[in-house]
Amino acid sequence: MAIRRGRGVAAINYPTGMNLGGDPTQALVHSTPTGNFMVTLSSVDLGQGMKQIMAQICAETIGVPTDRVVVDTADTDTGPHCMGTFASRGTHRAGNAVIQAAKEARQVMLEVAAEELEVNASDLETDGQGNILVKGAPQKSISIFDVALSAHFKRGRSISGRGMFLIPRSYPEKETGAMKPSTCYAHACTVAEVEVDDETGEVTVLTVKNVFEIGRALNPKMVEQQLVGGSWMGISHALYETTEPYYPNRDHGGTDFNQYLMPGPGDLAETEIIVLERPSADGPYGAKGPGEMCANPQIPAVANAVFDAVGVRIDTLPITPERILRALKAQAN
Amino acid sequence: MELRKSYFADVRKDDLHEIGQARPRSDSPGHVTGKTAFFADRNFPGMLHLKMVRSPHHHARIRSIDTSEAEKHPGVVKVLTAKDVPHNVYTILILIQVGPEDETVLADGKVRWRGEAVVAVLAETERAAQEAAAKVKVDYEVLPAVFDMEEALKPGAPIVNEYHGQNYYLYDSGECRKVRFGDVEAGFAEADHVLEQSYQSSPIEHAPTETTGCIVVPEGNDRFTCHTNTQAMFFTLDNTSIILQMPGSKLHFVGGTVGGGFGGKVDVIVEPIAILGAKLTGRPVCFVYSREEEMQISSPRAAEKVVIKDGVMKDGRIVARKVTGYTDAGAYSRHSPYGAQKGAGHYPGPYTIPNVWIDTYCVYTNRTPSSAMRGFGVTIGDFALEVQMDKLARLIGMDPLEFRFINAYRDGDMKAHRQPTEGAALIECMQEASRAANWPVAEKYMAMSSYVKGT
Repeated sequence: MAIRRGRGVAAINYPTGMNLGGDPTQALVHSTPTGNFMVTLSSVDLGQGMKQIMAQICAETIGVPTDRVVVDTADTDTGPHCMGTFASRGTHRAGNAVIQAAKEARQVMLEVAAEELEVNASDLETDGQGNILVKGAPQKSISIFDVALSAHFKRGRSISGRGMFLIPRSYPEKETGAMKPSTCYAHACTVAEVEVDDETGEVTVLTVKNVFEIGRALNPKMVEQQLVGGSWMGISHALYETTEPYYPNRDHGGTDFNQYLMPGPGDLAETEIIVLERPSADGPYGAKGPGEMCANPQIPAVANAVFDAVGVRIDTLPITPERILRALKAQAN
Repeated sequence: MELRKSYFADVRKDDLHEIGQARPRSDSPGHVTGKTAFFADRNFPGMLHLKMVRSPHHHARIRSIDTSEAEKHPGVVKVLTAKDVPHNVYTILILIQVGPEDETVLADGKVRWRGEAVVAVLAETERAAQEAAAKVKVDYEVLPAVFDMEEALKPGAPIVNEYHGQNYYLYDSGECRKVRFGDVEAGFAEADHVLEQSYQSSPIEHAPTETTGCIVVPEGNDRFTCHTNTQAMFFTLDNTSIILQMPGSKLHFVGGTVGGGFGGKVDVIVEPIAILGAKLTGRPVCFVYSREEEMQISSPRAAEKVVIKDGVMKDGRIVARKVTGYTDAGAYSRHSPYGAQKGAGHYPGPYTIPNVWIDTYCVYTNRTPSSAMRGFGVTIGDFALEVQMDKLARLIGMDPLEFRFINAYRDGDMKAHRQPTEGAALIECMQEASRAANWPVAEKYMAMSSYVKGT
């Protein structure tokens, strides 16, 4: 009886957005009298930080610091339609809608600034700090604060914009299955290292090294929180979780966290996250949706590592100590 | 976390001001100081609590329902049964023309899974609602149930859901979604080795910190404000409008930060019945799942069975792949026909294989309806595919990572569903994993690229 070590790899891809498209999201953007910007959506922030990301996308597009953008979302009386937050679609779909709306608002903002500065709007640029400058002559400038005041009280303009993003729906061909499931795919490769106690069947995940390609890390810290969380969830899925431990038998289903097993803080693997960015052609600033993908590759990587360690294949999830011991026993016989 | 900017630097501009910056989340201080408002933080005068009477049987005919004792229970304000729900038979994907309507808000004549909602009790307190629910008498005639997908698909199996008429979802392509590419049998015939393996998963729970729920307030203007933690505001509003036969303009849905979704809050379950309760009582109504309901009543991730048959050459090329996927929908469709179909679009994984045959089935059984969950349609498929890849590599005596390089898709490669590959990055992920994990592969694989040759 011994503790045995093994290592496994898995490589995957994952589609962004609802399968086959047809999932619209809209956004509205407008400025306040003093040049702050409101993004209005009906998308839902699940705790992953969608509001923050939409603020950064709007700020980048308009050319202001992120703290001048406020996001109002998840209210059907004020927000335009969003299909919902699922299918790794929030950042991609809503982000594109926000960009379109912000571009329209930016254009009005530049037009008002052009009138104030008596130049052409096409000769203007933003400095990202809240000012609009004449290209090549930055001493000639106006603050967005003053532009918004002018638009509201002098010029009678609404600095606002409408945004909409829709991938047209694809219908699978009946006989061949020809279809367009998605417009962009995120990628991952995970290597997991495990220890398996061949006496108890207990698996300890020592390390997981995850490489994720996600198009563009819009906010690297938030990318990290999502990818680390996903990696933990993948390990949990591989080794612990089920509502029906003896599926398809309906008995013994857990009803609380004492019975429904998940790894606790002491069970966390040493987790490494490496991010690559190949911008997608239709992503907001190239972003893809890694929200679902990041919890997938750990499952087969751990399964393969268990085989590498003890030489038995557990092809049924979750890979419990019971299943490992039964397989070891069958192998010995 | 490390950003490896050296990859794809030629196709990426890194000159942005706000994007790519690790700005602090504006909602973090509220989360960590307990100031973020969740739907359940609201409390309204006169608010009622809704509790469900649930089926103890996996499959049964309802002979009769007697709510008289429950109605007399102190604190009980209203008891609802199927006849109170204007459009009781519904399905949520009807909004994108995926039918038929196959599920009841409150059971009518039959229950098809253990835990199915039969009667809703509204009372002044949670305790009164719970106690009254226990006094509802339902007379059941227990019917044979089927739990195993293979058994369910056999002729003569008990029919789980009469709205479908058979124990699988009928696509326009027939009993399964199909993908046909090349000639898979010719591929197997030419292969040096053929390996067929079967993989199985079990249902799992989303386990959000915050359980599913809503609070509904009848407003003075004849509208209803529904404070909810749904993941999809208008999807839920529009389905509620259908179920209650109530104009959407009467409904106002308010969300906010949700305490974890993971796909568990895209079924339209708590809102319609809570709004109906508020309408019929004229009082605010709170309907929140207990942890037990969240774990055994709320849709789990579907159990799946995946059978993969591969033909592989000694040099590492996979020349044929046949995948048969089965998704256990439980008793009702919810999002499962979508999930099974998503699998058909995902197989054979991120590999270029000239001959592919895919069938994905959505199967009905007498268990808690499964539905959306982070990655559904793909997650279990990836488990099966990537364990299969490991087995194939070992079968031909090749390093598992190198074996994947040989088959990895690259820009321009035609996928089985007949879309050319764009924006591939699998090879680069594997190269970086090789370095990070100190898992060396031959130099020729480290020199590969996802880009189309010559561009």
